[in-house]
Amino acid sequence: MGEKDTIKKIREKQADWEKKVYSKAVQENPERKQKFKNLSEVEIKHLYTPEDIAENEYLSDIGFPGEFPYLRGVHPNLYRGRLWTMRQFAGFGSAEETNRRYHYLLEHGETGLSVAFDYPTLYGYDSDHPLARGEFGKCGVAISSLVDMELLFHGIPLDKITTSMTINGPAAIVWAMYIANAENQGIKKTQIGGTIQNDILKEYIAQKSYIFPPEPSMRLIVDTFEYGYKYVPKWNTISISGYHIREAGSTAIQELAFTLGDGIEYVKAAMNRGLAIDDFAPRLSFFFNAHNDFFEEIAKYRAARRIWANEMKKLGAKNPRSLWMRFHTQTAGCTLTAQQPEINIVRVTLQALAAVLGGTQSLHTNSMDEALALPSEKAVRIALRTQQIIAEESGVTDTVDPLGGSYYIEWLTDKMEEETYKYFDKVERLGGVIPAIEKGFFQREIAESAYRYQKETDEKKRIFVGVNRYKLDEEISIPILKMDEKGEERQSHRLKKLRKERDNGKVQKNLSRLRKAAEGEENLMPFILECIHSYATLGETCDVLREVFGEYKEPAVF
Amino acid sequence: MVKKIRVLVAKPGLDGHDRGAKIVARALRDAGMEVIYSGLHQTANQIVNTAIQEDVDVVGLSLLSGAHMTLFVDVVTMLKEKQMEDVLVVGGGIIPEEDVPRLKKAGVAAVFGPGTPVDDIVCFIKKNVKR
Repeated sequence: MGEKDTIKKIREKQADWEKKVYSKAVQENPERKQKFKNLSEVEIKHLYTPEDIAENEYLSDIGFPGEFPYLRGVHPNLYRGRLWTMRQFAGFGSAEETNRRYHYLLEHGETGLSVAFDYPTLYGYDSDHPLARGEFGKCGVAISSLVDMELLFHGIPLDKITTSMTINGPAAIVWAMYIANAENQGIKKTQIGGTIQNDILKEYIAQKSYIFPPEPSMRLIVDTFEYGYKYVPKWNTISISGYHIREAGSTAIQELAFTLGDGIEYVKAAMNRGLAIDDFAPRLSFFFNAHNDFFEEIAKYRAARRIWANEMKKLGAKNPRSLWMRFHTQTAGCTLTAQQPEINIVRVTLQALAAVLGGTQSLHTNSMDEALALPSEKAVRIALRTQQIIAEESGVTDTVDPLGGSYYIEWLTDKMEEETYKYFDKVERLGGVIPAIEKGFFQREIAESAYRYQKETDEKKRIFVGVNRYKLDEEISIPILKMDEKGEERQSHRLKKLRKERDNGKVQKNLSRLRKAAEGEENLMPFILECIHSYATLGETCDVLREVFGEYKEPAVF
Repeated sequence: MVKKIRVLVAKPGLDGHDRGAKIVARALRDAGMEVIYSGLHQTANQIVNTAIQEDVDVVGLSLLSGAHMTLFVDVVTMLKEKQMEDVLVVGGGIIPEEDVPRLKKAGVAAVFGPGTPVDDIVCFIKKNVKR
């Protein structure tokens, strides 16, 4: 960027400055480290100048917000128009308890809902399944049937508020519950909005709550894409997620590369089924982590937008909305410390600020107590207030992409893009995303990075305030969320009652229709919806698919 | 030759968070122990059976889902039932401070929370291994 002559002059002047000014300063004040590296092991120079981004053409490589390549944002006026959606991931215990938490959050200014499900639900088991032992409502809410879904959203206007649901293996089934619940209230499919995570590739790679093998899983996902654009047009049918890849220990570059790689894989799978890219692609959404390295995170979001727009264009997308990389962000759970938990508020503030400066569409801020337990009401309120302060007090929302044009940020954005393409090539050489998963490529890459990070922390090469420096010898005393101990009993009673009182003939008929369809090639969404409407449980519906599709098992390597 | 300490690093229940378990497994191996990693989604019964078959000295349980009060206690109880009290059981994960004394009482020798240097775990095992 900039005229060649100007660049030349800058280079000459810089050489002079390095010699006369900088090196002298370093002699007087030696630098704290020999090398400065960010969390992706990229070496960071002491200064960036126009020369570092000389190759960048403003009009074609940076451009304007709302225009290709969307580096500066997908919306022309970003937060000057509408603020991001403040969406706190929440769920614990029974549907009634979580419903109370949703009302609490909405009363305090939250603008979207986000459901955390417990492990049995994530694996498609009813709460009374033997493998659910000990897990009821522990790290999310237990949802076993449409009855639970009705209780979960009691008193919440589904045509006005959007809901994100972190559900993957049984995403189609849980989405059907949400649709059925809305329909029973007289709200049309076209009126509801929200997101299902529905990203199975990152489950195999990082989060590990998968059910079926890759092939039928991809089929189910494409079924939801197709059903979504035809009948539930305001729904994001996938949230292609780097969050969990990062939490499992990856670097920012790995998060970026693996997530966008997964995204391209989904697009290809849908196109292979004969779906037109511009029909489904506008409903694809993304989900990234906001970790500690402030500028690296901002560069990551910006790079993601440009890479995605370019890749989608290559795949033949014509609709501008197909090129938009819209994303949700959550601050990094893995950076929270159990020690001195209050200081997590500061970490979260910086991470959230990075997400906002990176142009996120929605945001979850972690609560200070989450290295110990699920958040208490007070902790989650402070987390929400953190977003409100950034949004309404800090002034960072007054202009679009305020860091665009920073020599460092633009250089780092380019660098992350370059490294991402290197990973794309590696994965391509392994035969694509699914073969690379089956070979354990991503899993090994992540485990390596996680181990290195731990070692560097243990060796104090990376500082964690309160953990390996500035430690306090004190008892951790922070109020912990207490769950209703009767919740599990109520749930088990509710399930028994449901299985007795519903029209079991109809349930069986619908389940066998689903089985037949699963054995064939039809889109399964209408069949799943029929099962759910007749109050088949999550476990029963999932079991049919388990029997037809089989289950995925990963090789245990470390 | 000194017998190497044999450790089973296990993930009970449905929790898929395996970052910590894998890091600890690798650190223990690097510290000269023989490490068996159970893989994900193990029932207490499966973990105890593996511990017996592999004749381990230590079982390290990792759980971030919050189900530790049930699943850790299940493992310890079953080990006792199989006369395997001499196996050292340690645990880690997202575990509220107030649960720690109850886990210790049940027979979990130590609980390592977030931020624990892996060396602390290595040292604890070397010092407390019973067999």
